[in-house]
Amino acid sequence: MSSSPDFLHGLRTSPTRRTLLAAGLGVALAPSLRAAPARTLTVAAFPLVDQILRDAAPSWARRHPDVALDVVTRQYDDHHTAMTTALSTSVYLPDVMALESSFVGKFSLGGGLSDLLQPRYDIGRYRDRYVAYAYDQAVNRRGQVVAAPTDIGPGTLLYRKDMLERAGLAEADLQPSWDAYVDAGMKIRKATGANLIGNVKTLKDLMIRSGLEKGQGIYFDSDSNVLVDTPRFHRAFEIALRVRRNRLDGHLDTWSNEWAEAFRRGQTATELGGSWMVGQLANWVAPTTAGLWRAAQLPESSWVSYGGTYYAIPRDSDPANKALAWELIEMMTLDPARQLAALKTQDAFPALLAAQDDPFIGEPQAFLGGQRARLVWREAARRIAATAVHKQSNFAEDAVNAELDYVLDDGKDIRQALADAASLLELRAKR
Amino acid sequence: MRLPAFLRLSPRWAPYVFISPFLLLFAVFSLFPLCFSLYLAFQSWEPTGGLRAMEFVGMSNFTFAIKDGWFWMSLRNTLWLALASGVPQHLVAIPLAAFIHTSFMRLRDGVMAIYFLPYITSTVAIAIMFRSLFSQDYGMINAALAGLFGMAHTDWLTNAQHIKPAIAFIVFWRYVGFNTVLYLAAMQTIPGDLYEAATLDGASRWKQFLHITLPSIKPMIFFGVTLSVIGGLQLFEEPFILTGGKGGPQQAAMTSAVYLFREAFDFNDFGGASAMSWLLFVVVALLTWITNLAFRPRKGRA
Repeated sequence: MSSSPDFLHGLRTSPTRRTLLAAGLGVALAPSLRAAPARTLTVAAFPLVDQILRDAAPSWARRHPDVALDVVTRQYDDHHTAMTTALSTSVYLPDVMALESSFVGKFSLGGGLSDLLQPRYDIGRYRDRYVAYAYDQAVNRRGQVVAAPTDIGPGTLLYRKDMLERAGLAEADLQPSWDAYVDAGMKIRKATGANLIGNVKTLKDLMIRSGLEKGQGIYFDSDSNVLVDTPRFHRAFEIALRVRRNRLDGHLDTWSNEWAEAFRRGQTATELGGSWMVGQLANWVAPTTAGLWRAAQLPESSWVSYGGTYYAIPRDSDPANKALAWELIEMMTLDPARQLAALKTQDAFPALLAAQDDPFIGEPQAFLGGQRARLVWREAARRIAATAVHKQSNFAEDAVNAELDYVLDDGKDIRQALADAASLLELRAKR
Repeated sequence: MRLPAFLRLSPRWAPYVFISPFLLLFAVFSLFPLCFSLYLAFQSWEPTGGLRAMEFVGMSNFTFAIKDGWFWMSLRNTLWLALASGVPQHLVAIPLAAFIHTSFMRLRDGVMAIYFLPYITSTVAIAIMFRSLFSQDYGMINAALAGLFGMAHTDWLTNAQHIKPAIAFIVFWRYVGFNTVLYLAAMQTIPGDLYEAATLDGASRWKQFLHITLPSIKPMIFFGVTLSVIGGLQLFEEPFILTGGKGGPQQAAMTSAVYLFREAFDFNDFGGASAMSWLLFVVVALLTWITNLAFRPRKGRA
């Protein structure tokens, strides 16, 4: 990370010994810095979000020619680890940080992010402009709003239309229930040899997120009671086991090379995920399958949120830049033009309702064979309820995944598996 | 040219100035983290809240760690991997060193360099390379097994039963050359006349190995095994990279070191992770002590 922003700040404030030193350093470095704008606004982001920000740089430059936008990119996991470290030490904090939705929940509990309800930001006045669940998702237990939503991931079912047709099936055959979805998978397997899904964990992940009431957590309720040993999880495990017993899943790690290759070779007939999955498939996973895919609502009318991106302002970031930081967030999340640009270039589904009402939402999508799929996702987005995030959610996800492995690979009894997961979580629930 | 007086280092201060780079680096990168983790072990800390979010909680991180099923599971995984990768390392390295010692004269250095190569290669490069070698459908290992023995493709990295042997193999492959170098160095110090005398007495090569070579390299075995015990119990990079930092199926590849990292950075519990790291330290110290009991040279014997 460049240290020049701090040093340039020093020049603008009253002279202290440090600024004099900095000025001396400035003389030494002057030739290399002469052309730089007077200030820099630092934004930390991960791939695709960084591109959206860079695309916005010209509009930002028109508003603030004197403030350079410095987008710092790290890979997804590295970014969130770096943000955890930066927040914990309050050193090298960016002015704005992009956060994936699960990390918003995780970070919201610590108090390291600014409360955007404060009068200087007053995000509350914009509440009705955002997709309701996306806004609610950023409200922590103290009622503070710690981040502003920029894109969302309404859960969707993607399927290969050509394979369904070969199996004599139609979209409606996948949708009535999760069991119907698995039944269809057996027919697809018989007709085409393809797997129903690459990784059965994804199926479980979508199922445990469906049917949640507003404010309820996936793994814990608001009093930190463990919700893992409940019918919602039993059902998800049973369906997953049914898929595995009928050998309908590819046994592949999501995002692994094998997982992607299976899409390219037409060995995977459906995929569940956020609407952003279409962009991933189209851009790098399986561009050659363009036109063969369609998007539908999830089976059993499940309304599920699966991923999304937020912008947050660290509590301890440079106070002089906070107003600018908020202005950037307003521009990125509340300007329909910017939200639509992100949708057009990066398939980031807008969290801004005004952008969802733009005619572009109804445009046909080439990768989906001309389907107007964004209308499908818009409907889903308006029905999804916000879920509460517990600080042990990440651990809970891994504990449940490990128990699902035991069930699928070793034939462990589902009741026992979920009871074991629950007892692991109970030990941590109130830590 | 003489330096002006104020730039000259007085002999009184010179030793301190020359040793200070090490001491500074040691203080910053070893001593401070050590003390800080001991301090953290008694705190509850939501790290994203900043340093002021710490709260003293007494021994509760330790009681949590001892009750935590995954802490024990990670220890079992670690011990399994340490044994499965460590024991073969020495069982192969000792005979291999003896073979190289007696059979290669001029080529010895070249042969050793080849065995030593994996040790100096970046762990990340190794793990990434093996990740593609172990690939289920497109990996060379499965292709070779299918070609040679007609075996069905094995899901090395996505099955709990297969991922541990896969990791143990990588660790074995990586360190066997290092141990061979250790043993070879020890063998080169054994006086040649011992072997000559034994040959005159009619001792076979096997008897010579058993009664001259092995006892003579015992101090080195102690050293090598101690390094393997400590290294094995701290195993981190190979399982971390092979599983994408997630522990693998059924968390079967989650060693204690991986769990510590995840407890802190994935699960945001720095206090619990620090307590676990000190418990792991106790385990490592204990096992090193046991190794010491088993291998150290006893008084009155060579």
